[in-house]
Amino acid sequence: MNGPLSVATIVVALVLAAWLLLRAALNRAPSRFDLLATAAVSVLVAVLVLVAVVGLFGDHRPSDTATFGGYLITTIAFGPTAIYLARMEPTRWGNLILGVACLVLPVLVLRLQQIASVTVA
Amino acid sequence: MPDSPAPTRTRPADAALNTGLGRLLLFVYGVFALSASARALVQIATHFSEARLAYLLSAVAGLVYISATVGLAVGGERGRLIALVSCSIELLGVLIVGTLSVADAVAFPDDTVWSHYGSGYGYVPLVLPFIGLWWIWRHRPQS
Repeated sequence: MNGPLSVATIVVALVLAAWLLLRAALNRAPSRFDLLATAAVSVLVAVLVLVAVVGLFGDHRPSDTATFGGYLITTIAFGPTAIYLARMEPTRWGNLILGVACLVLPVLVLRLQQIASVTVA
Repeated sequence: MPDSPAPTRTRPADAALNTGLGRLLLFVYGVFALSASARALVQIATHFSEARLAYLLSAVAGLVYISATVGLAVGGERGRLIALVSCSIELLGVLIVGTLSVADAVAFPDDTVWSHYGSGYGYVPLVLPFIGLWWIWRHRPQS
């Protein structure tokens, strides 16, 4: 959970968030690129969640497994939900939805790391 | 895909409650509905006796966020009323619980979404009801 993949996900999500918030500030609707970029980050997050799920069957299970599972489901569903809502909103607010999602994703990843660091071993 | 300078489609000022900024609010309220109620569920299921008041307040907060989300999603006159009531309770809740958690820390040994004015959630719970109420006020029926 603490590998370079999490760091990469957090950095990429934050960079994309800055871009999307700028786009919203400039009053642009989500372009194909904006949606695809968010989808790419969602894929990165999905891989991260998959790795975490595989880790659940290993030796170092987080002691708070229920919370961890809840966060995993939320995290993997986050990007797709934002993209779905943004597609219904072809205005600047669509980009703001995507931007907010990309701001919250790093928080979710950090929370996952926090919960995962307390293990039953 | 070239980024064509096509004019942004803007919605009319009297567009439905659940479009434009309303859709962003719907998204953020949905996130809080999920996180607050999930948190309450885990707290009540695993260690309810430790801080009954705090955990029950967590559950109430979760319900308030759920009904605000539903109100924004439903839209129209009824949705507006549901959202208005929920956002008002939410504003009172965050102010009262926030103040109590600062003044009387003993009663709040464990955190809720509204503790310390939502500092654990980047103070979003404090700002959200103001934006929500402003948005609902802007969409009052024209008579």
